Amino acid sequence: MIRNQLLVCAGGACITSGEKSVKDVLVDELKKNGIEDEVQVIETGCMGACDLGPIVVVYPEGTFYQKVTVKNAGLIVSEHLVKGRTVSELLYTEPTSEKQARTSGDIPFYTRQVKRVLRNCGVIDPLSIEEYIARDGYFALGKALEMTPDDIIRVLVDSGLRGRGGAGFPTGLKWKATREAKGSPKYVVCNGDEGDPGAFMDRSVLEGDPHSIIEAMAIAGYAIGAEKGYMYVRAEYPLAIERFEYAIGKAREYGFLGRDILGTGFNFDIEIRIGAGAFVCGEETALLRSIEGKRGTPSIKPPFPAQAGLWAKPTLINNVETYANIPQIITNGAEWFRSVGSVKSPGTKVFALAGNVQNTGLVEVPMGTTLRELVFEIGGGIPGGKKFKAAQTGGPSGGVITADYLDMPIDFDTLKEIGTIMGSGGLIVLDESSCMVDIAKFYLGFTVDESCGKCTPCREGTRQMYQMMERICEGKGRDGDIEKLNKLANVIKDTSLCGLGQSAPNPVLSTIRFYEDEYRAHIYEKKCPSHVCKHLLTYSIMPDKCVGCTACARQCPVDAITGEVKKTHVVDQSKCIKCGSCYEICRFGAIRKE
Amino acid sequence: MKSLEELKRIKEQTLRDMDLRQAKERGKIIVAMGTCGIAAGAKDALMAIIEELEKADIHDVKVVQSGCMGLCDKEPTVEVSMKDQPAVIYGDVNDANARRIVREHVQGGNVVADLVIRRENI
Repeated sequence: MIRNQLLVCAGGACITSGEKSVKDVLVDELKKNGIEDEVQVIETGCMGACDLGPIVVVYPEGTFYQKVTVKNAGLIVSEHLVKGRTVSELLYTEPTSEKQARTSGDIPFYTRQVKRVLRNCGVIDPLSIEEYIARDGYFALGKALEMTPDDIIRVLVDSGLRGRGGAGFPTGLKWKATREAKGSPKYVVCNGDEGDPGAFMDRSVLEGDPHSIIEAMAIAGYAIGAEKGYMYVRAEYPLAIERFEYAIGKAREYGFLGRDILGTGFNFDIEIRIGAGAFVCGEETALLRSIEGKRGTPSIKPPFPAQAGLWAKPTLINNVETYANIPQIITNGAEWFRSVGSVKSPGTKVFALAGNVQNTGLVEVPMGTTLRELVFEIGGGIPGGKKFKAAQTGGPSGGVITADYLDMPIDFDTLKEIGTIMGSGGLIVLDESSCMVDIAKFYLGFTVDESCGKCTPCREGTRQMYQMMERICEGKGRDGDIEKLNKLANVIKDTSLCGLGQSAPNPVLSTIRFYEDEYRAHIYEKKCPSHVCKHLLTYSIMPDKCVGCTACARQCPVDAITGEVKKTHVVDQSKCIKCGSCYEICRFGAIRKE
Repeated sequence: MKSLEELKRIKEQTLRDMDLRQAKERGKIIVAMGTCGIAAGAKDALMAIIEELEKADIHDVKVVQSGCMGLCDKEPTVEVSMKDQPAVIYGDVNDANARRIVREHVQGGNVVADLVIRRENI
């Protein structure tokens, strides 16, 4: 007889912070206390609060234990499960109210979220198809197989679901186009390439709720008339691949994949294709080439994949998060889906919250939620008492949302209006100490590396832009650089072959739009207002604070600091390499950085 | 798997295994598991309650543990608080008494008078 269940978060972040050894301790301690038959340990997918990991939740109470270590995991057994005493040292303390939370229901990070895509993540054992079924899994497939393909597509069109991969194209229309396209066989593809730095929504769904994607792909197969599906996932996601592969096996065993599914005569199966991690392979035409075993480079659209995709056959390609919405839309209907979110962007969106924010992790909120709610209510605000500066969305293809837009509802269209994009949902919070020129340079550097080289504007253009950005950050910016950047950026946007190149200049354009003064400071005053770009910094010693301890002079790797003991030291600017080691070592705050 | 009926059957079966993770709204049974309680047999009471609830197919009542309630000479003690009713504390809850509490109080709605230590708000 089971009296308690311990849910241990086995999402990527928790595993990295030691989940496996914590779980081993729990299992050992249960045995030592002779209660291994009464208490069950279950590993789940990502619970979302990644900076609190490893997380252990004890049911039926729902007690939420965070930052559990090998040293204190035993207390959960000896105190909570044997003696009935909550282990208060492992509870979460809300930073603003300093109140201890007992369950996830007491933590604002969780209470403000609406879990649809992530409804099973952290709740079920991803390896158990039975638990997925218990949460209404595969009932949508059963229902869909009783509908006509046209009815399914109509529900999707009515739901207003838009592609969660970034561009926001209406999903129902894509299905319709693929269904109506001539050619056979047809294919269903899931894009799990997720290459934006810092984004991990799709990985978490694949790891935490793999069956929802299998079910959705099977529904898609029935709706467009395909018998074959491909899951494209990057090799850097080994756990997602492992769990998805296991889930495919279980789905075949239970007859949700294979021949004559649920006795309806419908055949469908899925194969995994592992990508080598090139960012361009998130672009759909490049991804399809990669599945075919060719080099992953994009091709001109049209023809769209719906007309000529895999092996030139009609192909439906959607992103992981898009598919994760499908079974629930089939089960609950289009109206239900539209009940949250904004009119033109219904439903929810999962964001990977990162950067200078208290609570990092995965959050799912209705479309139209404001940045203020995301950063300050769910995210818990900016650490260290610093001021909010901006949020970067859409990764290397996106731009920034500034403090002026904190109260703007976030959806596909509003973000586009201010020059950024939704992207796949990476949201990086920047505080006042961030240099926007440096941030833009970072993202541009990423696309320069990842450009596949097929078309000239992207291959050469982004490199030229990057070299200008480098010059600007090194204090060699010239009059007219801003105008040149703008011009080149627009040419690249207009003439690049695929989405990678067309969106690569966005981080630069967006930061020039909102922070032109910072660019001007770098170019004309040779100053970095945020003290980030090291070539533009000057380190000097304040005579009134220097006690002549010689620490800085001994630390300096290039002997740029001279001075006698107990006398004021000086920095020789011609020798200084701006490494900052004097600033770090000085105990008297005598080094000025400006 | 050839039919939705089969799917429903798996759902029902698995829901039972996942029962501990569902929200349980109707009430809460708290078993005091201090050192005194455990020594007096609180573990037996706990397992008897869980077993009896399962037997009676009751899934909307949560069974949780607490530390010592301070009634050490009456251990094992068990508190039953059903929704919209005052909490009742029972003493000397051995295996048989635990089963009676589930049958008579949780299932039948009648307080087991001879085991009550103190009734609040009366």
